[in-house]
Amino acid sequence: MYRYDEIDQRLVNERVAQFRDQTRRFLAGKLSEDDFRPLRLRNGLYIQRYAPMLRVAIPYGLLTSRQLRTLAYIARKWDRGYGHFSTRQNIQFNWPKLEDVPDILAELARVQMHAIQTSGNSVRNITTDHYAGVAHDEIVDSFVWCELLRQWSTLHPEFSFLPRKFKIAINGSAADRAATFLHDIGLHAVRDAAGETGFRVIVGGGMGRTPIIGHVIREFLPWPHLLTYTEAVLRVYNRYGRRDNMHKARIKILVKALTPDRFREEVEAEWTHLRDGPSTLTAEEIQRVEGRFTRPAYEPLPGDDPEHAARLAAEPAFAAWAKRNVHPHKAPGYAAVTLSLKKTGVPPGDATAEQMDAVADLADRYSQGELRVSHEQNLVLADVRQADLYRLWGEARALGLATPNIGLLTNIIACPGGDFCSLANAKSIPVAEAIQRRFDDLDYVYDIGELDLNISGCMNSCGHHHVGHIGILGVDKNGEEWYQISIGGNQGLTRPGAPAALGKVIGPSFARAQIPDVIEQLIGIYLELRDNEEERFIDVVWRIGVEPFKERVYGGHHQGDERHQRSLAAA
Amino acid sequence: MAVIIKGMNVISDPWQRLEVGADGSLPPLPPSGDIIVPLVLWRQQRDDLLARPGRLGVWLDSNEDPAAIAEDLRLFGVVAVRIPNITDGRGYSIAYLLRERYGWRGELRAFGDVWRDQLFFLARCGFNAFTLREGEDPREALAAFGEFSETYQGSVTPPLPLFRRRHVPSPDGREGL
Repeated sequence: MYRYDEIDQRLVNERVAQFRDQTRRFLAGKLSEDDFRPLRLRNGLYIQRYAPMLRVAIPYGLLTSRQLRTLAYIARKWDRGYGHFSTRQNIQFNWPKLEDVPDILAELARVQMHAIQTSGNSVRNITTDHYAGVAHDEIVDSFVWCELLRQWSTLHPEFSFLPRKFKIAINGSAADRAATFLHDIGLHAVRDAAGETGFRVIVGGGMGRTPIIGHVIREFLPWPHLLTYTEAVLRVYNRYGRRDNMHKARIKILVKALTPDRFREEVEAEWTHLRDGPSTLTAEEIQRVEGRFTRPAYEPLPGDDPEHAARLAAEPAFAAWAKRNVHPHKAPGYAAVTLSLKKTGVPPGDATAEQMDAVADLADRYSQGELRVSHEQNLVLADVRQADLYRLWGEARALGLATPNIGLLTNIIACPGGDFCSLANAKSIPVAEAIQRRFDDLDYVYDIGELDLNISGCMNSCGHHHVGHIGILGVDKNGEEWYQISIGGNQGLTRPGAPAALGKVIGPSFARAQIPDVIEQLIGIYLELRDNEEERFIDVVWRIGVEPFKERVYGGHHQGDERHQRSLAAA
Repeated sequence: MAVIIKGMNVISDPWQRLEVGADGSLPPLPPSGDIIVPLVLWRQQRDDLLARPGRLGVWLDSNEDPAAIAEDLRLFGVVAVRIPNITDGRGYSIAYLLRERYGWRGELRAFGDVWRDQLFFLARCGFNAFTLREGEDPREALAAFGEFSETYQGSVTPPLPLFRRRHVPSPDGREGL
């Protein structure tokens, strides 16, 4: 965990004071609603369907148990006793009162947290791989680089009113677990032939209304240039990005309009002025930031825990959980554990204050007091001794956080949707629940194997539907909720030459009640057509294309309707 | 006479700013006095503007390129940049470029939709004079320059990022500022 120094703390405190004054001016009638909007949006405060929504930053998804307890306290004191972990590794409170927000921010500041730039057209929370620091295939510890960029982007004077929001992701390992090709800037750590660290710079990816896979504009940027090069990209974007149409204002549209090559030339031309300038990073600064991170103190363990292996053999339910929710760790005898926030009947990513407190206790007892929020909206205890896994499993199960479904169909990513969000065209949460209920047979879900199912309530695609192996998008047709289904999306390396993939829409949209049937049909086709159990749903889609799925779903539509009628009659 | 904030003081503004008409027509030049003219006027009536008595300034709209006046800066008493809307951040980059790339050292003024809430950032990008939007009290707004006591990034002010301004860290990582 990065520990603030005196300056980090002072800046956050000063931001609280500034926002308190802005809120005071608004409540006193000195600022109109229209005036207050751009100010509150620089601080994660939206006015939503029923109440304001406050988005709190969890920089690169890393939290201490103390911070999580504060989030629980906030949920209890100022909200309705729960919070929603988002796909951007942040947490959202859906029911705070506007006049309480300055006090909430002050409470957050006490534990080195804030809501700075969690909304608005600024550089947002930097996201990364939730296994940073513990993965076998690590090249650099991405947390350090995320923190360097967090500081650089925080209260940036020149880039606080960009054409549109700006999302940066850093991946520090060989495998891309941070979706770097789907961000405004993606940075993927690499080493050159001499063993020097640098970053592959990817620009112009993103989801939303116009999903685009990013373009590599630099294969190798030596690490000292990270800030100056990012500054060059941001300056080109700030000056030339479109501002006439918010739907065409993201950097991906500029990159596309200019062409990636022209965009690269613009950036490189700008960079010639900045290169080797004062913002060039120094080894001392990297060491300073590294030194402010607390490091897990690993016990020297000989290797895999023999008792753990014995328990796996003896207890199938534990083995099932371990297979899905326990991940390998670079330290011998340790493991990373995902606590699933995807229990059927609970909105994906939601956690109650009681669960947060309990998870904080688990983190203290089993994972050195730290945890991470994954972009799949789960919580990760990254540093657990294998010898503790069995006890941890028992406790997590009692808390409803041990659903063994990580990587499986029921580990659904979903935005808050029409139940909360004023942008949504349709609800997401009931759709997720209906699918989870339909696939309530765990053995069946295991047989289906790895499958990402992502749901967004509108084109803004906060639920990452474009990169779901199955993606569901809520659309509005004459005031009614409909759902469009796509297949074949993937957030990471898809096959050689394809760093990520966007799903293809299979055809006309469906009514909400039809969705579980359609998903079941898609799965049925997959199970019939797969070559073997190793071939995942997504592999089959790539092998045979969308067409066979489409034919079956729409050809058999009549059947689906009938079945639907029957189920209605039965109800 | 209108007031502006300049150098952290509220003063009356000796300059008159000329605007292009809604139909694109260029305004007539007042016979005397200090004027700030839109870029298009400078481009079309350069010689007339240089010949008239009174000081001359030019203003850029947020979509205009500061490179267009880079060669002429020595002729101006002030350069102004219009902020058409608080959410239009191009003026910050224009200011940065005028200061850092083109070497403008004189008065750099922001006008338009300028709120007290932007002053800290605007000043860091090199603006040193501000015409606030209507309804803002410039004296109350002065406090905004001190809203933050430190900055991470280098920009125009200060030019060095925090990590180059820190003292040598002590072994526990705490800074001795």
